[in-house]
Amino acid sequence: MDWLNAIVQGTLLGGLYALFAAGLSLIFGVMRLVNIAHGDLIVLGAYLGLTVTTATGLHPLLALFLIVPAMGLIGYALQRGMLNQTLGSDLLPPLLVTFGLSVILQNGLLELYTADPQKLDAGSLETASVTVGGLSLGVLPVLTFFVALAVIGGLQWMFYKTPLGRAFRAVSDNQDIAQLMGLNRRHIFGLAMALALGVTAIAGILLGIRTSFDPSIGGGRLIFGFEAVIIGGLGNLWGTLVGGIILGIAQTIGAKIDPGWQLLAGHIAFLVILAVRPNGLFPRTTE
Amino acid sequence: MNIQDYTVTRTSNAIRVAAILGFIVLVALIAAPYWAGRADLRLMGELFLYLALASLWNLMAGYAGLVSVGQQAFVGFGGYMLFALTMFAGLHPIPAIGTAGLLGALISVPVAFLIFRLRGAYFAIGTWVIAEVFRLSFAQISSLGGGSGSSLPIAIVKSLAGSRGARESLSYWLALGAAVLVVTSVYVFLRSRKGLALTAIRDNELAAGSLGIDIWRTKFVVYVVTSALTAMIGALIFLQKLRISPDAAFSVNDWTAFVIFIVVIGGIGTIEGPIIGTLVFFALRETLADLGTIYLLVLGVVAIVVMLKFPKGVWGFIRQRFDLQIFPLAYRVARRDNKGA
Repeated sequence: MDWLNAIVQGTLLGGLYALFAAGLSLIFGVMRLVNIAHGDLIVLGAYLGLTVTTATGLHPLLALFLIVPAMGLIGYALQRGMLNQTLGSDLLPPLLVTFGLSVILQNGLLELYTADPQKLDAGSLETASVTVGGLSLGVLPVLTFFVALAVIGGLQWMFYKTPLGRAFRAVSDNQDIAQLMGLNRRHIFGLAMALALGVTAIAGILLGIRTSFDPSIGGGRLIFGFEAVIIGGLGNLWGTLVGGIILGIAQTIGAKIDPGWQLLAGHIAFLVILAVRPNGLFPRTTE
Repeated sequence: MNIQDYTVTRTSNAIRVAAILGFIVLVALIAAPYWAGRADLRLMGELFLYLALASLWNLMAGYAGLVSVGQQAFVGFGGYMLFALTMFAGLHPIPAIGTAGLLGALISVPVAFLIFRLRGAYFAIGTWVIAEVFRLSFAQISSLGGGSGSSLPIAIVKSLAGSRGARESLSYWLALGAAVLVVTSVYVFLRSRKGLALTAIRDNELAAGSLGIDIWRTKFVVYVVTSALTAMIGALIFLQKLRISPDAAFSVNDWTAFVIFIVVIGGIGTIEGPIIGTLVFFALRETLADLGTIYLLVLGVVAIVVMLKFPKGVWGFIRQRFDLQIFPLAYRVARRDNKGA
């Protein structure tokens, strides 16, 4: 029963990791950009949540209605103002510019909010639980998991069923031809980043309700998201969810063996899958 | 205008002058323990170690296209190997540094087989995962102090040299020697046949492959050699610090972020770039470090602006403006008789 419990809890944790990964996967899919600052943007979302909830007294989940659009705007501005200039055949500029951005975000947050760990106050939601078949499940992890399902389902639908998704796929396939067909790729990239940071905001708020956070934890969140993307296979959103779940289960089982092994077990699971299936479990695109 | 009037050469007057100046500076630096104060000596020692790290990162990212954000894995590994070899195997610290390099090369082989499966930016994050695995693993080893780390026993420190002054001089010379060794090796390597292959890969991977260059193998050799040398530098860094902990040893800020700034600001893909970058970085640090986090913010902004506006860095700008090269890699055509020019 203990092991079953670890697996179920790990699956639910995987929902959060899939949310970390979804934004990363989206922008890689559309513009082949890997954003090193992604983890710090998740943390930025959590801190924006902290500011809004302490200033207005709103519940963190309600604050999402303010923070998702705010992060979307930040994303659009970031892409049009800075990141679009780095895109090209050379891999180095986007990598180094987002690395610089990561340092700026981390130290900016440190300057504004200090290094003290913070937490979002979600009242009774934090401790509420339901009993299902003898297992006690936290309401928040269950909610997180279903949010992850909804977000990934929504992104999948958007990609394949809407004009915006068609535009995303078009610039992803061939930027120049998409441009000739009347799409402004700079604008499309801006929208993709806006959408990605909207998802990131959701991830940040759920992270902030679940655990305490401080400005330095961004790198770790980036790595979890990245591992979920690679385990699942590049360009496959549902694969990313599976990747997140595998990572989550590996961590909870590792923690069950020895608390010091939680993170290590996740990384080892990732390296094993990389060794056995270099393209991930369900690859859709090859780079 | 006969073809006989021209000759292909690597040297120029500027290079000859630079070589003589460089030699004089090197002699002055070797003599530094006799003219510099203790604090200056420590600062210069640190500067040389950063120069070595930056030159190595530049070789990987600027020439081999292996952009790593996980070199702290090998810095920390080298540091921990120094502690383990001296504390448990009873090795003298100086051979321990060399052994740490060998072990770094050994461990980098399986690591390379794994992460070379990742392309481009995903490779970068993959190297970070490896560094995290190293950090978490060393935090599990309780004989090395676990998560809180350990200090180098006094007996081992004293085995290096009797007096404190002699120890500090020795540690300075080791740092200077490491920097000279690394810069010279990078230079000699790039002038060799393998180096030419590497430059070809940097300029166009597809074309280099079609000319028969084994791209995977060339990159693999660069990765293993860089890892070994980085581990040696790591051992030297923690021989200076005398204390090691997982968070300090595998710090992404200290051993990767700063190194990337140095290379980007100085000029990536040139030998001179890391040297200039290190000087700029230490000048900034010594003047702005009191500002704490603001200093890091400034560094981040400077790096982004340089990357967007001057992607070739300070040295790239100088080279374009004055057609100058201090470490001659490229050949140029010159008139045989300079008086006629």
